[in-house]
Amino acid sequence: MPLNLQNVTFTYMKGTPFEKTALSDVSLQIEKGEFVAVIGHTGSGKSTLVQHLSGLLHPDKGSVTVDGVNLNAKNAAAKKARNSVGMVFQYPEHQIFAETVYEDIAFGPRNKGLGPDEVDRAVRDAMAFVGLDFDSFAKRSPFRLSGGQMRRVAIAGVIAMEPDYLILDEPSAGLDPRSRDAVFKEVMALYKKRGIAVILVTHNMEEAARYASRLLVISGGQVILDGVPHDIFTNHKDELLAASMDVPPVYKLADCLNAHGLPVERTPELAALEKQILELRRAKHAD
Amino acid sequence: MQNLIEIKNLEHVYTDTDGNEVKALDGVSLDIARGEFVAVIGANGSGKSTLARHLNALLLPTAGKCIVAGMDTADDDNLWNIRQHVGMVFQNPDNQIVAAVVEEDVAFGPENIGVPPQEIRTRVDNALAAVGMTDYAKHAPHLLSGGQKQRVAIAGVLALEPDCIVLDEPTAMLDPRGRSEIVGTVKKLNREKKITVVYITHYMEEAMQADRIIAMEGGRIKMQGTPKEIFACVEELHAMGLETPLAAQAAYDLRQKGVKLPQGIIDDEELTEELCR
Amino acid sequence: MLTDITLGQYYPGNSVIHKLDPRAKIIATLLFIAAIFFADSLLSYGVLALFVAVVIGLSRLPVLMVLRSVKPLWIIIVLTLFIHAFTGEGKDVLYQYSFLRLTTEGIIMGIKMSLRLVFLLLISSILTFTTSPIVLTDGIEALLRPFKCIGVPAHELAMMMTIALRFIPTLIEETDRIIKAQTARGADFDSGSLLQRAKNMLPILVPLFISAFRRADELAIAMEARCYRGGEGRTRMHELAYKAKDFIALAIIILLIAVLAVMRWGLGL
Repeated sequence: MPLNLQNVTFTYMKGTPFEKTALSDVSLQIEKGEFVAVIGHTGSGKSTLVQHLSGLLHPDKGSVTVDGVNLNAKNAAAKKARNSVGMVFQYPEHQIFAETVYEDIAFGPRNKGLGPDEVDRAVRDAMAFVGLDFDSFAKRSPFRLSGGQMRRVAIAGVIAMEPDYLILDEPSAGLDPRSRDAVFKEVMALYKKRGIAVILVTHNMEEAARYASRLLVISGGQVILDGVPHDIFTNHKDELLAASMDVPPVYKLADCLNAHGLPVERTPELAALEKQILELRRAKHAD
Repeated sequence: MQNLIEIKNLEHVYTDTDGNEVKALDGVSLDIARGEFVAVIGANGSGKSTLARHLNALLLPTAGKCIVAGMDTADDDNLWNIRQHVGMVFQNPDNQIVAAVVEEDVAFGPENIGVPPQEIRTRVDNALAAVGMTDYAKHAPHLLSGGQKQRVAIAGVLALEPDCIVLDEPTAMLDPRGRSEIVGTVKKLNREKKITVVYITHYMEEAMQADRIIAMEGGRIKMQGTPKEIFACVEELHAMGLETPLAAQAAYDLRQKGVKLPQGIIDDEELTEELCR
Repeated sequence: MLTDITLGQYYPGNSVIHKLDPRAKIIATLLFIAAIFFADSLLSYGVLALFVAVVIGLSRLPVLMVLRSVKPLWIIIVLTLFIHAFTGEGKDVLYQYSFLRLTTEGIIMGIKMSLRLVFLLLISSILTFTTSPIVLTDGIEALLRPFKCIGVPAHELAMMMTIALRFIPTLIEETDRIIKAQTARGADFDSGSLLQRAKNMLPILVPLFISAFRRADELAIAMEARCYRGGEGRTRMHELAYKAKDFIALAIIILLIAVLAVMRWGLGL
């Protein structure tokens, strides 16, 4: 059941002086079970890309399909296909509108046409995933919650749609480190339990290295690198720097150690790097 | 060195939407010297923003004193004078730009305090040059990047020729490029123009640039010291819900495993050097 | 898409039109609108069209962009055309269906009326394209200042307009994002009864209002932090000063009115 982008080109404000081509001839395929991180500097086209993946923008050229169904068609099948792609926008708490947490999360499932029992089950499941206790939060006003809690309500609103493909646009933006870790823990739990595809748009290389199984690097409206994060951070540092991006801090530390004559393998895990350092020292002392 | 800001036993109590009294600041005492670059860190709700808003009398103490450039913020007559001495940059770049043209926005502050037109022009040009936005003087702010907008906001504050700039999480909504633009700009203003900086942030790599770090928790100052001193306290920072720079974390872990490393390692170079020794 | 709207936007430039004093431009725009109603014959409409074309040329704005500013109101323009075409008084009946009569005179009238609207839209968008919102409000403020003694809050109105203009693009972007976010949650804005549709707008309107209030709140604090305390004692970076070209511009407009008046009443053209 792949999510497929075929030769997609998209231009903003066509025919005006503000015209800007955001995507040019992009093709890619995302399978269920993948955790894809999308990185690229602001204006690289990554937001435009994910809006195409969720059927919110219509490509000027090319097509977007889920399991062969064109997302931009105007029929029931296309609507169902669009609902199978969930999208959590940046600062999603800014889209909360209902009087209670329950009502806001139930918005999506109801739009899908689920019956009351199914809606209730979807809301409860979604709240459990984001760590909001149903009994204490369901009836509360979402506008009285803390920033981190509002973010969770908003994410739950998309999870409750039970998408096969979940797009998250910088879900940790503006949160403090503790809430950041909590949000990712919840997303990982959902990813593992439901076997869905997660598409994570991020500026944070560490997040990309830590969570993703596949990394897409976007620059100038094109996918310039597509592969395993570790491979890209190890072997394509120059391309990343050229596209004004960087490698995660733990890779930088490894590079720094290598440059000073301490031969370590690059690794996404700090613990693994520390282990290598300890072994090197042990070997040195043994001499 | 003379103190620009003197805070004594500052308390701030407010009533939240449910009618409960909340103590956002609970006995904060702090001196900030002229020309100093101070970073304030702490989890959400630790009171760091509330503290910042006392520095230019946007909030007033419910107990204790806040003295800025010799003036008590609680005294109404000092209000506009204090706000000229201490400028403030906020988190959301969109919500602090008033005008639809960059240079007109930078002129907003000096216009408010009645600076003559000729001098406003000079101040605006200088402020834009100081943040590297001269080329964008005639641009519309909503078409700029986040980092550029935030630099415009800094220029808008600079045009008031303040002694001190308080930045309340200025990079929270920016991408990495924007973040480094802001940190670079702020460092330059501190070094070259001797402007006192109070910089609130969640990002430890930004806090590392400061002369002194204040770590807050529950409305109190939990720790303060140089970046080297603060980031040596890995366990305490974690307990406060804060991160440590990677090198400091690695040094801590290695020390736990019996590697002899001195205190105060906070960057990759220092760590590598010690390990090569 | 919402972000495609260009009406009311400023397009920076250095043309003669850009450099005119805003007061002169506002007065000239008002005079031109008056002039529109002096035009009667098709020939005088030609004169107006020529004038607008020259102004667009002098402003060095992209022609297409200026023409697009008519787009948001095209339905009203077309409607104007049809209403006049079918209800106009005229003898030359081309087609009749019950009380609706399509007459040659009606068609001509319809064309004239629609052209008036088009000219009005074009000239006002040239005003906003060539005048930065702040300068425009400065102009309005200066023009209203004499009425301050009768209680017109000139500065407050000007500041409100400045902020409104500054935040229009931001709020349009925000609306676009909210619509997309709710669409992604399966929201449907195009079906159901009128009441149902109005209800469907709530998921857009509620977040939009909350955001607008949040922005207003933050902006007020930021303005206070930058020493804003109303219009008293304020100076301006750009002091307004009439120059020769402003008088020339006004003279040209008055000449245009005179020409149109002579054509209508003097020559009967």
